[in-house]
Amino acid sequence: MTEQTSSAGSRRRSGPWSLLAGHPIGIIGAAVMIVVVAAAILAPLLGTSDPIALNPVNRLKHPSELFWLGTDMYGRDVWSRVVYGARVSLTVGVSAAALSVVFGLLIGMVAGYVRWLDGIVMRVMDGLMAIPGILLAIALVSLSGASIVTVIIAITIPEIPRVVRLVRSVVLSVREEPYVEAAISVATPVTKILRKHILPNTIPPLIVQATYVCASAMLTESFLSFLGAGTPPEVPSWGNMMAEGRLFFPLAPWIVLFPGVALALTILAVNVLGDALRDKLDPKLARRI
Amino acid sequence: MWMFIGRRAVATIPVMLVVAFVVFMILRLSPGDPATVIAGDYASPADIARIRAQLGLDQPVALQFVSWIGRLVQGDLGISIFSNLPVTTLIGQRLEPTLMLSLTTVVFSVLVAVPLGAVAAWKSGTWIDRTVMVVAVLGFSVPVFVLGYFLVYGFSLELKWLPVQGYKSPADGIGLFFRHIALPAGALSAFYIALVARITRASVLEVLEEDYIRTARAKGQVESKVLLVHALRNASVPIVTVIGLGIAALIGGVVITESVFNIPGLGRLVVDAILKRDYPIIQGLILFFSFLYILLNLLIDIVYTVLDPRIRY
Repeated sequence: MTEQTSSAGSRRRSGPWSLLAGHPIGIIGAAVMIVVVAAAILAPLLGTSDPIALNPVNRLKHPSELFWLGTDMYGRDVWSRVVYGARVSLTVGVSAAALSVVFGLLIGMVAGYVRWLDGIVMRVMDGLMAIPGILLAIALVSLSGASIVTVIIAITIPEIPRVVRLVRSVVLSVREEPYVEAAISVATPVTKILRKHILPNTIPPLIVQATYVCASAMLTESFLSFLGAGTPPEVPSWGNMMAEGRLFFPLAPWIVLFPGVALALTILAVNVLGDALRDKLDPKLARRI
Repeated sequence: MWMFIGRRAVATIPVMLVVAFVVFMILRLSPGDPATVIAGDYASPADIARIRAQLGLDQPVALQFVSWIGRLVQGDLGISIFSNLPVTTLIGQRLEPTLMLSLTTVVFSVLVAVPLGAVAAWKSGTWIDRTVMVVAVLGFSVPVFVLGYFLVYGFSLELKWLPVQGYKSPADGIGLFFRHIALPAGALSAFYIALVARITRASVLEVLEEDYIRTARAKGQVESKVLLVHALRNASVPIVTVIGLGIAALIGGVVITESVFNIPGLGRLVVDAILKRDYPIIQGLILFFSFLYILLNLLIDIVYTVLDPRIRY
């Protein structure tokens, strides 16, 4: 525990890579993520064909030299769909993480700093947290119509309260610090106090939280797609592939298994990366969880 | 203690109101006319008008909310658009499988996760600890339906030990019940085991550093008693908290698991309602699950005061 505290203290002077030094599992997680991101960006160059091109002649083909991961019930190439599916999962995961951090930060700073608003804001957040996130997302998507943007919004809303709670707890503890009291006593404007003294303290735990939101968002996207309330069926997302392939599972398990493995591996990598960053950036949290 | 329980119970009311308001507004804030969306693409203007009247959408929003809350308080969750049955009746019909699946999962998860976490903390830094932590991260990362399909593939299709899908009530025979519930509860447990094992490990690890543990060891207390009586009991508050908070995620998992294993519970009810856009059912079930979550966590807060007499708010 002591070595983690000291490395957290010296992190400002070192590059982002040193965050993972001495954390082999974290490095593996980061490496897997780099591969997934590279695959998403370079998808057209990786021996893929059109992921949504139907080819009825080649229905339900076993994995082979021609079709590396086989074909699905419409003759679409599973390898191409898995690679392009990374784009969907990453878009959803990263957008949901970024959006929930931005909104959670704003609401959390207000709740933590403006005392009379605190009670109201936190009761609203308690209420939002009580609603099962997947059900809330399902209801939002089923009413607003399926598109990637709707899915991202629907996944982000249930994630915001957790970020708000985190930011608020940091603000509450930091505002009692002598340097903040000193700043208040010399009539520093509130916005400057928030920006210069409080915001920097929220960043390390937020980075950690963002990785967990990203993993959770990718998981929720796959759940929504699996239930038919996610990204539109023509989008090659991993959840959609498994949802469509499940009827053919005994006959052609590769349609379900390969996107399943890709999804699980990606989420695993993000979670492991998050754990590694947490150990370095937020040793207090590392003790608790 | 009764004062505390009373105050804590009153504090759930504003939270429930927020939930009701959010659930109410989802329908009203969604783009387009909700009645048209619910009626679907092939509805006649008469159908749309009927649904609008049935949902009370032709009245002012504030009035709709007040009358809706009024009916909620009386236990009226509305009437299904397609089956014309009260939502409460539908919930009653489908409650048992969901309840049994959730109970089996929670009991099984806690029985597995608490010893795992405690042993990992006790042997912290060893390969046992690392194995438990790796299993825990896996449990967080493998989607429940992926795990479900892998289990079906192994235990049902290949080994033919267990049925592929379906549900049997304990009333049909306890053996039959367990044969059917084993795979869904197993798939659903992975996440919960991971959650509870992690928090158990962390809180036992913290407690093991306390002075009274050293004292207990110094006076020659058997190690198993140190772990069970001194460490685990004092670590129980965060563990029970997480068991309660995990119920929100469990509910999401139940919805998916029931779809994978074709279990006729509340999860199937909600998924079928989505496909048919039967909004009163979706709305009613979200409320039902949210209130259940709030009440369970109220119950857990009350359990705290028994487990740890120091806690008084």
